[in-house]
Amino acid sequence: MKKIDRSNPVRTGFHQAKWDEPVIFELTQPGERGVLVNKAEKAICEATEGTAAIPAFLKREQAPALPEISQPRVLRHYARLAQETLGTDVNVEIGQGTCTVKYSPKVNEQLANLPQMREMHPLQDESTAQGIMEILYKTNQYFCEISGMDAFTMQPGGGSQAILGMASLVYSYFKSRGEEKQRNEIITTIYSHPSDAAAPHLKGFKIIYLHPDKDGYPDFEAFKAAVNEHTAAFFVANPEDTGVYNKNVLKFTSYMHEHGGLCGYDQANANGLLGVTRAREAGFDTCFFNLHKTFSAPHGCGGPACGAVGCADFLEPFLPAPIVRFDGEKYYYDYENAKNPYGMHKIREFNGAAQVVLKAYAWIRALGAEGLYQAAKTAVLNNNYLFKKLMELPFVDAPYIPGKQRIEQCRYTLEKLLEETGVGTADIQRRMMDFGMHYWTSHHPYYVPEPMTLEPTETPSKADLDEYIATLKYVFNEAYTDPKYLKAAPHSSVCHQLDESNMDDPEQWAVTWRAYRKKYQ
Amino acid sequence: MSVKGFKSHPYIPNSVPEVEAEMLREIGLTSIEELHEEVPQEIVLKENMNIPEAFGSEYELRRHVEGLLKKNKSCADALNFLGAGCYQHYVPALCDEIASKGEFLTAYGGESYNDFGRFQALFEFESLVAEMVDMEVVNVPTMDYSQAAATAIRMACRVAEKRIALLPESMDPDKREIIRNYCEPDLDFVIVKADPATGRMDLNDLKAKLNAEVGAVYFENPEYLGMFEIDAQKISDMAHAAGAQVVCGCDPISLGVVASPRSFGADIICGDVQSLGIHMNYGGGQSGFMATMDDPKYVLEFPSRLFGICQTSKEGEYAFADVAYDRTSFGHLRDQAKEYVGTQTALWGITAGVYLATMGPKGMQEVGETIMRNAQYAAKKLAQLPGVSLRFADPFFEEFVLDFSKTGKTVTQINKALLAKNIFGGKDLSKEFEWMGECAMYCVTEIHTKEDIDRLTAELACILEGGEA
Repeated sequence: MKKIDRSNPVRTGFHQAKWDEPVIFELTQPGERGVLVNKAEKAICEATEGTAAIPAFLKREQAPALPEISQPRVLRHYARLAQETLGTDVNVEIGQGTCTVKYSPKVNEQLANLPQMREMHPLQDESTAQGIMEILYKTNQYFCEISGMDAFTMQPGGGSQAILGMASLVYSYFKSRGEEKQRNEIITTIYSHPSDAAAPHLKGFKIIYLHPDKDGYPDFEAFKAAVNEHTAAFFVANPEDTGVYNKNVLKFTSYMHEHGGLCGYDQANANGLLGVTRAREAGFDTCFFNLHKTFSAPHGCGGPACGAVGCADFLEPFLPAPIVRFDGEKYYYDYENAKNPYGMHKIREFNGAAQVVLKAYAWIRALGAEGLYQAAKTAVLNNNYLFKKLMELPFVDAPYIPGKQRIEQCRYTLEKLLEETGVGTADIQRRMMDFGMHYWTSHHPYYVPEPMTLEPTETPSKADLDEYIATLKYVFNEAYTDPKYLKAAPHSSVCHQLDESNMDDPEQWAVTWRAYRKKYQ
Repeated sequence: MSVKGFKSHPYIPNSVPEVEAEMLREIGLTSIEELHEEVPQEIVLKENMNIPEAFGSEYELRRHVEGLLKKNKSCADALNFLGAGCYQHYVPALCDEIASKGEFLTAYGGESYNDFGRFQALFEFESLVAEMVDMEVVNVPTMDYSQAAATAIRMACRVAEKRIALLPESMDPDKREIIRNYCEPDLDFVIVKADPATGRMDLNDLKAKLNAEVGAVYFENPEYLGMFEIDAQKISDMAHAAGAQVVCGCDPISLGVVASPRSFGADIICGDVQSLGIHMNYGGGQSGFMATMDDPKYVLEFPSRLFGICQTSKEGEYAFADVAYDRTSFGHLRDQAKEYVGTQTALWGITAGVYLATMGPKGMQEVGETIMRNAQYAAKKLAQLPGVSLRFADPFFEEFVLDFSKTGKTVTQINKALLAKNIFGGKDLSKEFEWMGECAMYCVTEIHTKEDIDRLTAELACILEGGEA
């Protein structure tokens, strides 16, 4: 036997699991059971009428057409689908830029799965929920410390709902001053997350977009021109997804305050800033953290999650009730804000996703102030290392501030690669899957041509980064040597290239199995 | 004095000093302090954050958090009769097994190719829920029932091209607040009174409030107070006659035995799948859905992602991808898209799919039957206690309202006494529904045994006799 050769870090032999697993309805075998259900006890049956009590017109005539499948087959089906999903646990997670996909510690999962967490009903008496209330209270305090804000609500269930939360706070604030009809515009930037525009628009705000200046900062002259008596707020991320930190942020927030508006900070990109700089000192009145990004709670395919919204003291009376407080002996819910006639209404049922807050709490306590700072520094170090290595490639570029550092991510452009080879960023994205790697382009529309957005976080090792870089180089090289093969990718993912021609056609689309059968059988 | 970081932390591989130094060298720096050069000094934090020092080990962290959680008394430690939107049902083992699979747990925004399983599992969620509600289109789950109701109402008003929605007085007050926050200032709401004697929607009041401006009439079956909406068909007919869309909420675990709201004319159905195999999680298990028929008039109004079957370049191979993506705020339209979309509760959607696939048609019928019998038994026993009565006469699914007004005790007093007996009494309605008097809403499901219910009855009897309160 020869010595194992590990000189090529590129996983050319990779193939993702591909099970050709049928749609679950196709697994049905009449009579099979997945689980047995307990019946009402005999004495109860004798004393009750059961479903006979349902008024005739409300009775279900036919059993729902669910599949009938034995337990091992249901398990195998979903276990296979899990294998066909590229979670963070199994891959080098660098390619999902803007998503801050970092390691989610397993101990936090085990803690969140304890009965004293997951068997808690949200309406239990406060005396029986002191543990989770302490966690909610203390995490709130930590977020105040990390952001410089005075208060937080944990209700919003994700970043986008948090943006709605910020917009609701802004709306409430101006309503309390009788100005909600006049102050009906929110300024944001084209590089902001789509929800920075879409969620405030839902609250009735007109959206004004700023384009970047030559440094990638929001254009200050355009900003000044946009600010007027109708401006309610400026919603922005810093750094934006370009990874460029707006050095002039104080100029923006000060100008907005001078003109009576508020400043909302989309802190989806907070991971590179923990313990380095804070929202309040940068002049923001409200901000939010994604606990499923910056604070390590797993993304769960897209939730459950938490977008904790913070604010300065003058906005606190508008936060949705209840707020957890501590009277020196016990934790309790304060419903005072519910009485505020201008306060924002509740945004999510109960207290949001408390188990997600618990995971964030455990992560913070595993790191302490020094660890949070280290996470931010290492995330930025990883990103700038990646940035340097990729910018050495002649066909990779990144707009703005040449030669300067980025924060925790960067939006590159492969425009030159496209010009030279005909291979675009969407092709690279599909080809990277053949090596078990995520790769992300950008939100729409593409303002950076042929965008590539990478965010390494603090999780990958140097070896992981080098593997990702080597894989990208391998693929880039292929753009020159075998573009045809590259453009036909993926070859080693779960399925071949999609033909999405039917996805916008009402005659052809099928959002459920039932709709599919109606149209195709 | 600035912090210097935490070297060789297990979550941060490149915090190993030698590696850190080597990487810094590669980018021409000598210290991590030289990173963040773009952040102006005037806003750089000079002091340590006031956050407790890290635990020295995973064991100490675990002990600490376990210690905190031990201060909780959960529904596994006590006998629980709380419902009101969050329900204690049996969670089959497969649900926990799949929900904790690392691949699903830690996936996020991959593509149809490498997140194939996530797309398929969520397509199957849509498909399985569609069978329960007898509809053709269901979304990748939203935040919770309230969010689903709010979006459904917005969708309905867009379809109707009107801006007033009617809400029932007897609905969950918190849900009404959430709907308001989500829909104001675009929509206005008018409350339809409840008949204080029956708890039903007052049809005369509905008639008075329906007019050409009303875009949506919202109600639920079972309604918030637990009863079946006896007048569902009438409400639906009246709304349609006035040119309004009918939006109806439901609890999907009831739909093995109860007809889908589609059968009495709902145009958009919404609800929460927490009851389908998801632990309560102190409210963190909520997960909403909307459903419509496969009509572009409705489909194109969904703000959510809709995963559909897609063909691939290989003959005979299928995959899953976004249907009509450009309607979402992820597309090019941003603020001009339908509402907004983002991270919601996808893992609970997958879990609810596992639940429905595991239960099958028979399981869903049986669980509905068991729940109804247990709840009926409990209601019957409890209503026989002196001074206690059922506040409303209509049949119910798993929740019922007990009236304690004639017992001489308040619900607060009674629940406190029950808690001393390790029982979580029903939700106190006396604050939110003052007109009802001293009432509490009890929730009884398939997890309760006769012994549990008899114990509750005995303890309540004792408390009401005055011995224990």
